[in-house]
Amino acid sequence: MSVPPILVPVVGLSANPLTDLRNLLSYPFMVNAFRAGAAIAVLASAVGWFMVLRRQSFVGHTIAVVGFPGAAGATLVGLSAFGGYFTFCFLAAVLIAVVPTTTGRAFSDENAVTGTVQALLLGFGFLFASLYGGNLNGIDALLFGNFLGISNGEVVILAVICVVTVAAIAVLWEPLLFASIDPAMAAARGVPVRGLGAAFLLLLGLAAAGASQMTGALLVFALLVMPAATVQQLTSRPALGLWMTLALAVVVTWAGLAVSYYSPYPIGFWITTIAFAGYLTSHLPGLVRQRSRRRRHRQQRP
Amino acid sequence: MSAPGALASGHLLAVAGLGGLFSQPFMQHAFVAGSGIALASGLAGYFLVLRSQVFTGDALSHVAFTGAMAALAFGADLRLGLFVGTVGVALLIGLLGPRGRADDVVIGNVFAWILGLGVLFLGVYTTSRATSNSTGGIGVLFGSIFGLSDDQALVALGLGVMLGAALVILARPLLFITVDPDVAGARGVPIRLLGLVFLALLGGTAGEATQAIGALLLLGLLTAPAATALHSTARPFAGLALSGGLALVEMWAGLVLSYLVPDLPPSFCIMVMAAGGYAAARLVVPARRDRTTSGSDAR
Repeated sequence: MSVPPILVPVVGLSANPLTDLRNLLSYPFMVNAFRAGAAIAVLASAVGWFMVLRRQSFVGHTIAVVGFPGAAGATLVGLSAFGGYFTFCFLAAVLIAVVPTTTGRAFSDENAVTGTVQALLLGFGFLFASLYGGNLNGIDALLFGNFLGISNGEVVILAVICVVTVAAIAVLWEPLLFASIDPAMAAARGVPVRGLGAAFLLLLGLAAAGASQMTGALLVFALLVMPAATVQQLTSRPALGLWMTLALAVVVTWAGLAVSYYSPYPIGFWITTIAFAGYLTSHLPGLVRQRSRRRRHRQQRP
Repeated sequence: MSAPGALASGHLLAVAGLGGLFSQPFMQHAFVAGSGIALASGLAGYFLVLRSQVFTGDALSHVAFTGAMAALAFGADLRLGLFVGTVGVALLIGLLGPRGRADDVVIGNVFAWILGLGVLFLGVYTTSRATSNSTGGIGVLFGSIFGLSDDQALVALGLGVMLGAALVILARPLLFITVDPDVAGARGVPIRLLGLVFLALLGGTAGEATQAIGALLLLGLLTAPAATALHSTARPFAGLALSGGLALVEMWAGLVLSYLVPDLPPSFCIMVMAAGGYAAARLVVPARRDRTTSGSDAR
């Protein structure tokens, strides 16, 4: 059993955090990474907030992860990975929205359809990758992302996608919230619940595809689920919760970028770890409250 | 990742190709291992879909990647990391929720982080072994059923049969706690314990299937045959048998297709067969409603 060598940090930290920050931002590629990171954090976590509220993590994960076959296919035919992410994320969203699911069964039909769609599309991803041959490092970037190669043009595209998605959520805010919290009541009041569900899946596709460019297909899901789940532990007020989610996502992404700059370990690891630490911390107030309630309960019974 | 033997002889005619199917050792190994893997996946998948725990299966497939990468990074046996990872996380997910079932947000957070760990191990593995590139990672993600040795194939078959047998033995109580947990609980059936045992068996199946079809694709083998069976029949034991049988047939058909068309990787062919079976069942068999037809069309 050979233990991997403990890798030394690529860049040393100085004693002064301000100097470090200035160092960090002295490289254009880092500035672009911070800009693009903010855009995808807002994009993914805004949609992710609804995903967590609607308990659609599995569907969200599926739509996110099938960006990989799209990007692999686009690379195979010589197009940009960007277009591939969009095509397949949308394709999965449409497939899951369109295939009729029979309700009233003992098991969840949507689950079965989603799992099959995911596996089939990922199978195509492997086919494209193996037809492409050779360059396996390229596949790694599609799966796990590339934070440091973001061009100015891509930052603009990501910002536009971010604005479009947030605007769509702002427009759909009230009916989507209603349909997510109480679908039966919303349907009774004439809210187009099914249509909103389908529109939301398309938004998920848009957000996942945009974020995949940077995070890779496998790690988008972390940005979708983690900040939103953390905040929903802390507050149940919708508007406040959404704002907190956006802020948390940006903080987590920037912290991950900064830490990974000074560490030899990949950014995906840092972002997920920081976000998971936040998620665990968010359970503390609830646990404390539960504990004190139990104690009070015990004191009341002699 | 296409068949080495078939690749050497180029694109064969279908008939000629089929003639040599079983004379190739790599093909024999693939059939031996694939049968065990398909049997376990088909049977475990039936309960997975019936219990609406597909997302747990999805999570375990990604955990398999992390477990295998951890083993590779620390120079341990890949299978050790796989099984410790999948069975361990399966039990963790079971313990995090009431009645042995965790909320999907909890599952999502846990596995997103575990996947982040997998990226860390992948990074350590690729940088610490200067000679190798990331082939190890890709093999774990997408499997290599044509690359199994004699021993590996036999171990996979044995494990698959054992997992399948355990699932068949537990089928009756598992169905009971799935279909009517309240009555099962009142009758003294240990719901939580059985749920955990099922998750452990599922974890074992996930680890087993990763070797052949890869961490990212094993979900299809768990879900598609089971969904096909559940769509086609409401009778539980018939459905269970159908799910296991379909998984076997789809596995074999996928292997043969990949052998005939060497450009198509085996994992892809197996997925196409499994998904094709489900699509065909949905088109041919009219949608059936279960006993409780009171569901709302809200979602």
